[in-house]
Amino acid sequence: MRLATEAPAATTVDLATASVRELNRALHAAADGARYLVVHPAGRHAIAAGLNAAIDVEVEGSTGYYCAGMNQHATVRVRGTCGVGVAENMMSGRVEIAHNAGQSAAATAHGGLLVVGGDAAARCAISLKGADVVVAGSVGHASAFMAQSGRLVVCGDAGHGLGDSIYEARLYVAGTVASLGADCVEKELRAEHLDELADLLVTAGIDAAPAGFRRFGSARELYHFRPHTAPRTAHG
Amino acid sequence: MGSGANVCPLSMGAPRRRRDDPRMCGIAGFFAKTEAAEARLGDCVADMLEQLAGRGPDSAGVAVYRDPLPAGATKLSLLDPSGVVRDWSRFGDVLDDRGDQAVVSVAADPVHARVAALARDPGILVLSTGTTIETIKRAGPPDGLIADAGLRAMRGTHAIGHTRMATESRVSTEHSHPFSTGADLCLVHNGSLSNHNRLRRELRRHGVAFQTDNDSEVAAGYLTWRLEQGDDLQTALHGALRALDGFFTFAVGTRDGFAVLRDPIACKPAVLAETSDWVAMASEHRALAVLPGAGDADVWEPEPARVYAWSREVVAA
Repeated sequence: MRLATEAPAATTVDLATASVRELNRALHAAADGARYLVVHPAGRHAIAAGLNAAIDVEVEGSTGYYCAGMNQHATVRVRGTCGVGVAENMMSGRVEIAHNAGQSAAATAHGGLLVVGGDAAARCAISLKGADVVVAGSVGHASAFMAQSGRLVVCGDAGHGLGDSIYEARLYVAGTVASLGADCVEKELRAEHLDELADLLVTAGIDAAPAGFRRFGSARELYHFRPHTAPRTAHG
Repeated sequence: MGSGANVCPLSMGAPRRRRDDPRMCGIAGFFAKTEAAEARLGDCVADMLEQLAGRGPDSAGVAVYRDPLPAGATKLSLLDPSGVVRDWSRFGDVLDDRGDQAVVSVAADPVHARVAALARDPGILVLSTGTTIETIKRAGPPDGLIADAGLRAMRGTHAIGHTRMATESRVSTEHSHPFSTGADLCLVHNGSLSNHNRLRRELRRHGVAFQTDNDSEVAAGYLTWRLEQGDDLQTALHGALRALDGFFTFAVGTRDGFAVLRDPIACKPAVLAETSDWVAMASEHRALAVLPGAGDADVWEPEPARVYAWSREVVAA
C-alpha cells in the first residue's frame, strides 16, 4: 500500500545569478504541487507575478514592487518585507508577507487571501474586488478606498480616510481609526460577523480575539443603484 | 529608449537596464551611526545609486558630508556648466579637482565665499557651500559619477544622492539634484511641483538666489529661507507641506544629519531601513537591499506628511 507521497523537494532559484524573468518563466511552466525556493531576492520587482497553478513559492528575503501580482491558485510566502502592490489583482490563492508591506497591498484583488505579518502602508486593499486581506499590524491612510467586495481585517490601527467611497466590502479594525472616509460608517458587530472574523483570523493564522474588533462599511448614501446582495436599508 | 538588448551586469548588484524599469527619479539617503559605517559611506552610497539607475538615467548627483573644515573656512563645490576644464586654484585651496567641477576651501563665511566665487566668474555654478558638504554632479547614469568622483573611496558621516529622470526642466549636469541654497543644506526630490514658478518669484523677493529653473531647487530655496527666518528644520519642513503644491518625497541633508518627508498623498515611493550601524532611505527597496546588514534591518514605509529626521546629537546621546 502506498503511503501519502511526500511533498516534492523544492527547486531553488538564486536571483543573484538568475533574472526575475527566468524565475517567473519557470514558475509559469510549473505544474500543480511544484515547490520553489527563491533566494537573494534583494528587493527585485515582480517576483512570482502572474502565477497560474497550485504551486508553492517561498521567498527568502524582501521583495520590491508587485510581488505575487495577479496571483491565481498559488501560495507565495515572503520571509521579509515587500514593496508596493503585493498581490495586486490576485484572483485566488494565498500570499503571506512575514513583515511589513508597502502601499496598495492587494489592490483590486478579486479573490484569495493576503496575510501581512507586520504593517501595511497606505491604500491597503484599495478597490478590493472580493479578496480577503488580514493585517497583523496597522494600515496607512486611504485603506479600503472604493473597496467593492471582500474583507479587510486590521489587528492594529487604521490611518485617515478608511473606506472612503466604499461599496460592499466589510472592514474589521481592532485598534484606532484615525478617521473614516466618505460614506464609511461604523456598523454593528453581530454574531455572523464574529463568525466571519474568527474564520478569517484562523485561516490567516493570526491569534486575535474577534470581540475586540469594530466593523466598518458603507452607509450606501453616495450611490444610487441597489446592490443586489444587500437589503435596502441605510445601515445593513 | 533604445532596443531591447540588455547589457550584462559586470558585477552582482549592477542593474540590467530594462525597458520596463520604473523610470521616475530615484533618491537615496544614508546616515552612518557608527565609525564602521562612516568608513564604508562612499561604497554604500555608490551601491545605492547603481540600484537606482533604472529610475533615472539622465543624470546623477550626490552630496557627501565629510572632512569638516575648521570654523571660519567654507568649502565650495563649483561646476562649469559648459563642461570646460577650469583652473580651480584661482577660487581657493583645491580639495578635489574633477576638471569641469571641483571642491575648494576659502577662508570666509559661506555667504561671502559664494559671492566672491561668482564675482570671480559669473559663469560658474556654486553647487553647495558649507563646512562639511561636498556636492558632485554628472550627466548620464550613476556609474560615471561614481568613477569620476572616486565615490567608493570616500568616508563621511552622511550623504544624499539622486538619479534623475528629467520632467520639469532640461537634462544637463546642473539640473541634477541635490540642490543647495544654504550652508550645508541640500535636498533631493522625487516628484514634481506645480507652483514652483510662483514660489520662486516670491522667494527671490525674500532674497533667495536660484541658479536654474528646476522645481526642486525651489523646494531647497524655501527651506533655506525658513531656516534663515529662524525655523528649525522640523518647522521648515512642516511649512513646506503647506507652501509646496505637487508630489514629493524629499530627502534633506543638513550639517548634522538628514530628514525625509512625503507629501500628504504620498504617491511617490519611499522606503526606510535602519540597523544599529546606519539609517537609509531610498525610492525602492532594492537600493537598501545592497547595504551591509540589510537582511536584519527594520524596514518600513514612511507615513505621509510626517517628518523623519536623524542627527548626530540625537544618535550620540
